[in-house]
Amino acid sequence: MTYLLLALILWLALWALNTRLANGPSSETRAVSLAIPLIFGATLLAIWELVVRGLDVPLVILPPPSLIAQTFATQTAILWADFVQTFVKGALTGYVIGCAAAFLTAILVDRYALLKAGLLPVGNFMAALPIVGTAPILVMWFGFDWQSKAAVVVVMVFFPMLINTVAGLGETTAMQRDLMRTYGASYAQTLTKLRLPVAMPFIFNGLKISTTLALVGAIVAEFFGSPTLGMGFRISTSVGQLALDMVWAEIVVAALAGSAFYGIIAAIEKGVTFWHPSQRT
Amino acid sequence: MAAPDLPVISASGLDLTFQTGDGPVHALKDVALDIHKGDFVSFIGPSGCGKTTFLRCIAGLEQPTGGTLSVNDMTPDAARCARAYGYVFQAAGLYPWRTIARNITLPLEIMGYAKAEQSARVERVLELVELAGFGAKYPWQLSGGMQQRASIARALAFDADILLMDEPFGALDEIVRDHLNEQLLALWARTQKTICFVTHSIPEAVYLSTKIVVMSPRPGRISDVIESTLPKTRPLDIRDSPEFIEIAHRVRDGLRAGHADDA
Amino acid sequence: MRNVSPVLMVVAVLLALWYLAVPVMNIKETVTQLERGGAQVVPASAQERRGAGHFGLVAKNTFAIPATFVQDRPRLPAPHQVGAELWDGVVGKKITSKRSLVYHGSITLSATLLGFAIGAGLGILLAVGIVHSRVMDKSVMPWAIVSQTIPIIALAPMIVVVLYSAGLQGLFPKAVISAYLSFFPVVVGMVKGLRSPDAAQLDLLKTYNASTAQGFWKLRLPASMPYLFASLKIAIAAAMVGAIVGELPVQGGGLGNRMLTGSYYGQTIQIWSALFAAAILAASLVALISVIQRGTLKRMGLS
Repeated sequence: MTYLLLALILWLALWALNTRLANGPSSETRAVSLAIPLIFGATLLAIWELVVRGLDVPLVILPPPSLIAQTFATQTAILWADFVQTFVKGALTGYVIGCAAAFLTAILVDRYALLKAGLLPVGNFMAALPIVGTAPILVMWFGFDWQSKAAVVVVMVFFPMLINTVAGLGETTAMQRDLMRTYGASYAQTLTKLRLPVAMPFIFNGLKISTTLALVGAIVAEFFGSPTLGMGFRISTSVGQLALDMVWAEIVVAALAGSAFYGIIAAIEKGVTFWHPSQRT
Repeated sequence: MAAPDLPVISASGLDLTFQTGDGPVHALKDVALDIHKGDFVSFIGPSGCGKTTFLRCIAGLEQPTGGTLSVNDMTPDAARCARAYGYVFQAAGLYPWRTIARNITLPLEIMGYAKAEQSARVERVLELVELAGFGAKYPWQLSGGMQQRASIARALAFDADILLMDEPFGALDEIVRDHLNEQLLALWARTQKTICFVTHSIPEAVYLSTKIVVMSPRPGRISDVIESTLPKTRPLDIRDSPEFIEIAHRVRDGLRAGHADDA
Repeated sequence: MRNVSPVLMVVAVLLALWYLAVPVMNIKETVTQLERGGAQVVPASAQERRGAGHFGLVAKNTFAIPATFVQDRPRLPAPHQVGAELWDGVVGKKITSKRSLVYHGSITLSATLLGFAIGAGLGILLAVGIVHSRVMDKSVMPWAIVSQTIPIIALAPMIVVVLYSAGLQGLFPKAVISAYLSFFPVVVGMVKGLRSPDAAQLDLLKTYNASTAQGFWKLRLPASMPYLFASLKIAIAAAMVGAIVGELPVQGGGLGNRMLTGSYYGQTIQIWSALFAAAILAASLVALISVIQRGTLKRMGLS
């Protein structure tokens, strides 16, 4: 009971603190903008810990954060091996191949009006489908190892990337195109000097969406068969053994990998599209 | 290069009809005009009179449906590919991902100038438009007037004899516009270019031009061509002289006459 | 109509490529099968065939090509096989049958819709809270954005099992996953939408001395509609993925379960037909939202 009471008091105290910070004079500074969500996150973790202890929640339902942290710290070797298998070999390989293929296809599609009129609606349609369902087929074709995971990732990232790139390449204004015509510029010159730079914000949007999809694809594909290694494999077997602390540790890895991946792409975007109004503030 | 007595740009019987959903639109009908080397020609008229369309025809950006049009004794398309003119649009249209200097090198890169030549030319044209020292800035760090000057520099960079300008100062405020008009005249005097200039503003047209072409809509056609009697050097206060006011009157009458037909 | 023919052409080309790929993908198994049936195949020994390329095998055994289209467990089923299975699963079986795609589809659909309703509803509520409370905005919004970069779906098997051990099974655990996946896109889209009125529009209401509630109902909510519908389309597709993945670890049926059992037993045609059923279902749901969107925006004069 004391734990629960403590949780309640903690919640009220920290929420009051955040309210003061958010409505205070320095709420727009960088430090405070960063501190508020961190305090909120820490509060949730603390309450999770206290409630699990207070109510004696069984470990097979919800392990406390302290135990998850402990598992994370002691099992780093396994977690690292799983990370390399799923993220570096599966997700990253598939991401690079899928995005590159989609980019080249987009340039081809953009060049021919007929292809654009025909392929774009199909691409839009495909992007809304549960493509992750192709996982069992691709696992059958490419075997249990990371190649099949990379293949699932390729299929998953291809269409969102294609649509975004084609949309970006069409983003030039009539005046910009006329300017290039008055210079008698060739197709290649117009592409490299005008249309690709204009498309960059869209291309990066596709790249950012694809980071999450890549990780989802690689993990879910492992549910359909994998070597005895990998984040998806570990999650499904640990769930079977009711070792939920291990599951949560893998989820922490997935969360860290996912946000770091996204963060890196976003940082590159900032460097490349520094000129875009959305990046200038 | 055309001989001094031959026109640089010559149009006769020029027609352009757009097919739209509501039937054909006669953007230009039977337009005939000769422009000589060193002329400063303004095109003025209400919207829809075809002044911008005519400029775009000269630039080879629109295809006339009838009549003949030659630029430097070539077809407009051939002239475009021979880079016979620089075009300045209503908006500066500078690429935000390139610095001012790199924006000006854009046409030079496309036309294959050597690197050293490129930077020499950038320096020169930046000086011409009084933007020396701003080469490393990005367009969005400059005011609207400075951006438009940079876009003029971009059009000057490759030494075309003809400058086509489509309401280049239309989006700027009166004070900046006066200043840029003065600068443009100085630039014209120094470079001896042939300039075609589309505008909405009567004072601007009279102040700048050696020849004012008044156009009227539906169908787009030339209703009057006025040769300016003003001297070549024109301080801003020339706009208060009786001569200036008289030319402005003629232009206004021409515009009214064009409008009267539509009623 | 002008826009339809290129699409049909692309679809026809894709189908043709698919048909062309079938013999190449299936030739090895087919040739082995035919050899067991006593046919003369080139090369004759299994040893040699193992090293041979797929294209070479097709070229040397042209007589085997028709057989590649009628395999029981092909590596790549032909389009008409998938179509037949799909037709049979939808129309040919009683809807209560375990082999009916309507039966499995309805299980997936109900989990998707329930999860979508919960997720979208909570998402809209949270968005309203975020727009009106500074502290919620500052505390929760960064997490909502970060959470979109996290492969939340990794939680799916755990949620199902945990809820199962807590005594909950059937529809609800899958709906929880669907709700979770559709929640964040709606929050982010709706916050953007509720904030879309510009300063002049907000100032106008201020000059009328309008209350916060009036500002919400008369300006913010209508202005948010295009954003809301855009995010609802993403959300329902995500909810569907959630339901399918949520069905993987349980035995209760559903399209995801159909794919998993198909992959266990090598029933490729079953996997493909379940995949197409899921695709058709997802596309119909997105199309349905598009129709509602068009109707709503038209009535509001926004389209």
